[in-house]
Amino acid sequence: MENKLIILIVIVLGVIAVAQLARIYEISAKLRKRQENEISSRDNNLNGRLMFGFMLFMFGWFIYLMYAYGWTGRGPAASDEGNEMDWLFNLNLVIIIVIFFFTNFLLFYFTWKYVKKPGVPAFYYPHNNKLEMLWTVVPAIVLAVIIILGLQTWSHLTGPTKPEAEKIELFSKQFDWTARYAGADNTLGLYDYKLTLDNNELALLTTNTIDSSLNYMLNGPSGIRILQNLINNRDTVFSDSTLNVIRADLSRKERTYRFLTQMKQNHNAKLDANAWDDIIQKDTLYLCKGQEYEVALRAKDVIHSAYFPHFRAQMNAVPGMATRLKFTPNMTTTEMRREKNDENFNYILMCNKICGGAHYKMKMIVVVLDKPAYKKWMDAKKKATFKDQYFPVAAVTPAEATDTTMN
Amino acid sequence: MASHDAQAHGHHDEHHHHEEHFISKYIFSQDHKMIGKQFLMTAVFMGLVAMMLSIMFRIQLAWPGESSDFLSFFLGEKWAPNGVLKEDMYLGLVTIHGTIMVFFLLTGGLSGTFSNILIPLQLGARDMASGFLNMLSYWFFALSSLLMIVSLFVESGPAMAGWTVYPPLSALPQAVSGSGFGMTLWLVSMAIFIASSLLGSLNYIVTIINLRTKGMKMTRMPLTIWAFFVTAVLGVLSFPVLLSAALLLIMDRLMGTSFYLSDIIVGGEMLTNHGGSPILYQHLFWFLGHPEVYIVLLPALGLSSEIIATNSRKPIFGYKAMIGSILAIGFLSFIVWGHHMFVTGMNPFLGSVFVFTTLLIAIPSAVKVFNYLTTLWKGSLVLTPAMLFAIGLVSTFITGGVTGIILADSALDIMLHDTYFVVAHFHIVMGMSAVFGMFGGIYHWFPKMFGKMLNTRLGYAHFWITLVGAYGVFFPMHFVGLAGAPRRYYDYSAYGEFDNNSLNLMVDLNEIITVFAIIAALGQLIFLFNFFYSIFRGPKSPQNPWSSTTLEWTTPVEHIHGNWPGELPTVHRWPYDYSVPGEESDFITQVTPLKEGEQSH
Repeated sequence: MENKLIILIVIVLGVIAVAQLARIYEISAKLRKRQENEISSRDNNLNGRLMFGFMLFMFGWFIYLMYAYGWTGRGPAASDEGNEMDWLFNLNLVIIIVIFFFTNFLLFYFTWKYVKKPGVPAFYYPHNNKLEMLWTVVPAIVLAVIIILGLQTWSHLTGPTKPEAEKIELFSKQFDWTARYAGADNTLGLYDYKLTLDNNELALLTTNTIDSSLNYMLNGPSGIRILQNLINNRDTVFSDSTLNVIRADLSRKERTYRFLTQMKQNHNAKLDANAWDDIIQKDTLYLCKGQEYEVALRAKDVIHSAYFPHFRAQMNAVPGMATRLKFTPNMTTTEMRREKNDENFNYILMCNKICGGAHYKMKMIVVVLDKPAYKKWMDAKKKATFKDQYFPVAAVTPAEATDTTMN
Repeated sequence: MASHDAQAHGHHDEHHHHEEHFISKYIFSQDHKMIGKQFLMTAVFMGLVAMMLSIMFRIQLAWPGESSDFLSFFLGEKWAPNGVLKEDMYLGLVTIHGTIMVFFLLTGGLSGTFSNILIPLQLGARDMASGFLNMLSYWFFALSSLLMIVSLFVESGPAMAGWTVYPPLSALPQAVSGSGFGMTLWLVSMAIFIASSLLGSLNYIVTIINLRTKGMKMTRMPLTIWAFFVTAVLGVLSFPVLLSAALLLIMDRLMGTSFYLSDIIVGGEMLTNHGGSPILYQHLFWFLGHPEVYIVLLPALGLSSEIIATNSRKPIFGYKAMIGSILAIGFLSFIVWGHHMFVTGMNPFLGSVFVFTTLLIAIPSAVKVFNYLTTLWKGSLVLTPAMLFAIGLVSTFITGGVTGIILADSALDIMLHDTYFVVAHFHIVMGMSAVFGMFGGIYHWFPKMFGKMLNTRLGYAHFWITLVGAYGVFFPMHFVGLAGAPRRYYDYSAYGEFDNNSLNLMVDLNEIITVFAIIAALGQLIFLFNFFYSIFRGPKSPQNPWSSTTLEWTTPVEHIHGNWPGELPTVHRWPYDYSVPGEESDFITQVTPLKEGEQSH
């Protein structure tokens, strides 16, 4: 409370102080018969010099920041694509720094140099076609270079991956990431968001998961049967509004149930295998140095953005839409630690599209291993596929599982 | 003479005779000068609110998690328990700051104020084409401003999805609390704002086309008017698209449609919406959003063209090229919106088309910059506060513009998209340039608006604090972004878990930025004081304080209905006859007839 009072008092005193200053100034101006619109040559020269001084300060500070934070402060790129991008970025940065210094210099230099001097009239110079042509054509040429180089890089970065690229999926939701490796067949299993259940968070599509979802819709804790019983039970009376809520819920579930039934009819059971061998990985994303990755992105609730600052890769994950990105890590975590001289450094996957309150915490550590280490890790992981997770008891085969859930 | 006037302008004489009501003069005024001032006052208030919001979240960014009396004073226990800002409210502050600054200060405030005041005065018209629509435009603006302010006080918080309010985040109250009633108010406020903007813009266009005085050919209009004209056309063509985007979002929120929603599970609830596309919203939004940048920027460039020519005592260099660049920028601004969407999953080929069109805008922009530079060259510069702000605008336009070249390059945007580099870029090129243009305009035309002079010394103090503050805030921000810091992050503590060097960089620079922001904000108090003090106590303005050539300085200092007593002035020459060789005076007003043998420019 005291502090609040102090804040208020400071504000009030500040206003009073400015008011007093202005009054003093006003009185002195009246005494000197000074007009506000007539700028004295003293003021003119002072401001001209200050402008030039400001330019020096600005340039100096810019150079200092560049020096203090090592060009851009981001460190070396850790992917092939990143290296290509950094080369282009440095070229563009040099071009714009030259323009920045040159034009700002002219601006502040002219402001200082051509300040009004008594008896020196301004030079009447309304236009000059040659000059105007010059500064239309020269920027156009520079831009042509920038555009051509930029589009070449862009087509490399967004083009298709090679067939041997490893496929992974990044699944995003408020506020974490889950990775899915394509497994032995290097093909990601299909998915449908309606299949999301506690034991199938990524909503993978197999004959069994469709059946469990159908079963859950029908017999689950707030499934169709229970809701129907609730409405038809003559012993309980609901208010109209509650009844409407229940009915809306019921009709939505019935609709979903119909969709799931259709899905079951159209489902090709041969595709199940693609999903069963997928590997679901939380917390840390492991990647292999020198391996190209084709990354599919998916969002459960709102738009997220997969942002790998060190691989210079980014793409939004959009609900209801498939997006992709690709990159090839070319430095292991250990190598980068040595390069950065920081034992605790790690690569990171961050969310870079506003997605709610804890947006700033949504991240996943990324570890790049060399080939042998990665293979070792992957071999261990292949013992814990989606199938192993889905059927924790090893004895039950998919066919039997279907029977039990179908009841 | 008197009888002739009475016949020709009987209507106006009538007005001179009876005293106007307080309500019809100050509140429901249909006079363009009063409406312009109403826009200005409202915008200054809104700008102040938005600036305060920015200081609040800057405090959080500089000293994350530390208790601040300032925050608890303004936000209370609910949004800043123990003086520490809540995550949700951080997003709310960021969102409303952006919305108010872009729409209410820099669109309503800049174009609303100066189009209203200058279009009739510089064209030699008695008023806008429709005084009533003009009044309606202001009152819609006032109502939308009020709703936006009210949304800050809603229990579930203001809109929190960023000023672009991308769905699904903005459509789902389960995803963030601000997407409840706060978001509804945001959408309603914006819908009303768009109506206001359309009424205003149509009025400006009609006035410029139809109500120019005798001799005021299109090629004799000051560049301010050209800028306002193109701005109004951009507004008319693009704002309706934002309205449609907002309406579809309202329908998704309230009526269960699926324009933007598909396959969503949020808060444990499986939504049945299917087939919509969040990308559709982004296309619609940015189809307005990019022209909006120029709706904000062009008036500022127009104002500064006028200020720079007047105070250099030189004609603006390349008048026709300046008009050409305004038109080129206006046209191109409609075919570049996709550069906001390079990493949204839009087809990469479409992306490359937008790279091409976007980088083309650099050409007319470069032409404008070099023309300004040549105007200054060998001038006789009078460094009034307005002139300093106009020169500051050219500097920020360059500094912010060049980083646009990097962001427009889709291949480089991948790594900089949604980082602080973008925030720095658009704050300098759009925010600071437009604000500098607006301040320049206020210092230059204050005598015309209020018949009083602003205090020059306070003006200088205000300029220097603002210039140093602006660069002090947004220069280091580039480096925060280059180091990779994403925008709209409540704090950067996450970096502590994987990269301490970057964390240190961000914490250091964020502190510097906040200190400069606070200094710059305090500097605005000088302006506020000067502004209100001078309205009431400032020295009386002379007829033509800046020795300017344009028509507005031929009207009486005391405002009258209809602007000119007696006949409207006739225009004989272009607006930039400064320092014409062989002339005694260093300016020749537009109403001075050509001398024998003199060629019209």
